[in-house]
Amino acid sequence: MTGSRIRARGWGWQHAGRPAPVLAGLDLDVEPGERVLLLGPSGAGKSTLLAALAGVLGGDEEGDEAGELLVDGAHPSSRRGLAGLVLQDPQANTIMSRVGDDVAFGCENLAVPREEIWSRVRAALVAVGLDVDLDRSTAALSGGQRQRLALAGVIAMRPGLILLDEPTANLDPVGVVEVRDAVARVAADTGATLVVVEHRVETWLPVVDRVVVLAPGGGVAADGSPHAVLEVHAEPLAAGGVWVPGLPVDVARERRASGPALLVADGLRSGRADEAVHEPVDVGVRAGEALVVTGPNGAGKSTLALTLAGLLPPVGGEVRATSELRGDVAAEAPVRWRPKQLATRIGTVFQQPEHQFVAARVRDEVAAGLRALGRGDAEVRDRVDALLAALRLDHLADVNPFTLSGGEQRRLSVATVLAPAPRVMVLDEPTFGQDRRTWQELVRLIASLVDDDGCAVVAVTHDADVERVLGDRVLRLGAA
Amino acid sequence: MRALERVNPVTPIVAAVLYSIPMLLTIDVVTAAVALAAWAIVFASVGIGPRTVVRRSWPLLVAAPLSAVSMLLYAEPAGRIHAQIWLAVISDRSIELALAIGLRVLAIGVPTLVALVGVDPTRLADGLAQVARLPHRFVLAALAGTRLFGVLGEDWRQISLARRARGLGDTGVVRRSLQAAFALLVVALRRGGTLATAMEARGFGGPERTWARQSTLGWRDGVLVLLVVAVTATALGVSLAAGSFSPVWEGA
Repeated sequence: MTGSRIRARGWGWQHAGRPAPVLAGLDLDVEPGERVLLLGPSGAGKSTLLAALAGVLGGDEEGDEAGELLVDGAHPSSRRGLAGLVLQDPQANTIMSRVGDDVAFGCENLAVPREEIWSRVRAALVAVGLDVDLDRSTAALSGGQRQRLALAGVIAMRPGLILLDEPTANLDPVGVVEVRDAVARVAADTGATLVVVEHRVETWLPVVDRVVVLAPGGGVAADGSPHAVLEVHAEPLAAGGVWVPGLPVDVARERRASGPALLVADGLRSGRADEAVHEPVDVGVRAGEALVVTGPNGAGKSTLALTLAGLLPPVGGEVRATSELRGDVAAEAPVRWRPKQLATRIGTVFQQPEHQFVAARVRDEVAAGLRALGRGDAEVRDRVDALLAALRLDHLADVNPFTLSGGEQRRLSVATVLAPAPRVMVLDEPTFGQDRRTWQELVRLIASLVDDDGCAVVAVTHDADVERVLGDRVLRLGAA
Repeated sequence: MRALERVNPVTPIVAAVLYSIPMLLTIDVVTAAVALAAWAIVFASVGIGPRTVVRRSWPLLVAAPLSAVSMLLYAEPAGRIHAQIWLAVISDRSIELALAIGLRVLAIGVPTLVALVGVDPTRLADGLAQVARLPHRFVLAALAGTRLFGVLGEDWRQISLARRARGLGDTGVVRRSLQAAFALLVVALRRGGTLATAMEARGFGGPERTWARQSTLGWRDGVLVLLVVAVTATALGVSLAAGSFSPVWEGA
């Protein structure tokens, strides 16, 4: 099988209801079998281009198309199975409840004869290195396994073009390598043309042979071998949010002496439904100090964080708030506090910002917690304006939170939790899937909460850079 | 148990219709009792144990006594009157009706639930599309949707926790649940939208498609239908012969 040829001439796309096109005047040729890393700042239209190449951009009611975009000489939406697409969110890529069915789904849709489907399914699972039973439930797979399952589903369709939209952004380091290696193997075996969108360039350098940088507003900013493009464009790429190898991130800290303990965990075991997911933990959360919780997938980091945050009851041991944090609240265990008492003392930023949103506008989203606390209108307005400005969201104040980009959603979720000024902030994977620029903003903000405002921070993370910058104290969880 | 797993999941659905329509025609103790006894024999002989029956049909074990009691108290009185408390009147007629209704709920509901609860959605979808020839786009979209239920359960937990974390859980239970339900709806719609994109990206929606697994009818499906017809005929036959057949159209 040979790879597909991509040809774009003056191509552009404008989402319905948006004032400006997300992509315009794009000229691009990709030869069969090329492996392209597609870069560009947030909002440059990378995902839109992938969706267009996959033929799933939608019809006239979704937006307006300009110019010409061809895959093997045909418009991508005119033929099924020309291209296969893997999306960022592993959950979104799983369609069926059984592993075998999920891989077979695409083949069935392409009307592949039954006898051939199962041989394709088995071959595809071998190719991505997913050695599980065909009847295995897809709900039981890890993020990395899910992404490889999605890749298997794509290659079973034998497309000439494989499109990957940040396939490793939501994965832990082990998952990242699993998926990257599977893609490399598949690309080598099938000879398919490959287009990858990803902020983390270093991961994909061993796989790709060409880098294309999209310019915000339209056109191509740079195009060439990875080496050549990265050498010349490293600085602007980094400023645009790309993780360029050789340009490490850092955030300056001004550490002061740690303040009093705010939360104390004694022999704490957390879990769901009475089953502890980690060994007992003894740890103190102190004002002016950041505690980083790390460990492999499934070690119970998030569950521990939610328990420290007073959201889940401990399975064993206890979490105590000191009188310094409690103030006039009688109960020592945060899990027994009323929601208002909790929100003004311990703020929690969840892994998926969408779960936190309650309002139809960004401004109301930040104000919701303050209004629930009964704060006056003027105070709410001032606080909301200050937070939106600090998190560069002021120009989006009237936008619906669900339409924000991933980085914007993350910043908004932090703003909502900061609004009632809690002294303890618990953050679950705050930098997951973020580009370099958002990463720096978030880490700088968290550092300033600790160093300037004397807050206590608990950050759950896989990210070694976060651990390096924020790890005043590090708690490493092993598997239970 | 095995026996049910080997019939096509479409067959129990057809059988349930074939069975319930004639059974709904009459409200009498004999029909329901004979049918229940017949099913007890059938279940025992194909190895469906009492635990399975109870696990699958427990809502009916609650619903049947409830409907019986309401009949007992509020059915139009006739015959001797045994007790009277305000609007509630217990009479000969209401005792008879209560018994008949209670048994009828069980006689129709229990075998239907035993056959249908626990049907694997994937096999059912195969059957509905290939055997019953329902439109495959509809069937597969519904099947993919069932997977989202599990995901939405986790979403619901996260949303509830997130609301507490934001200090928004102090309002009344009703309002709180409504708001959280709305948040879940938004998340569900987004998940649905992404799922549709993922399905479309795998070529879903074309006019022609093949099926990785064939869904067919076999002799077991015929046996199941014959069995259902036999039980129905026996129950109604005995009731007619005993003169207790009491058609719904003749009024209760």
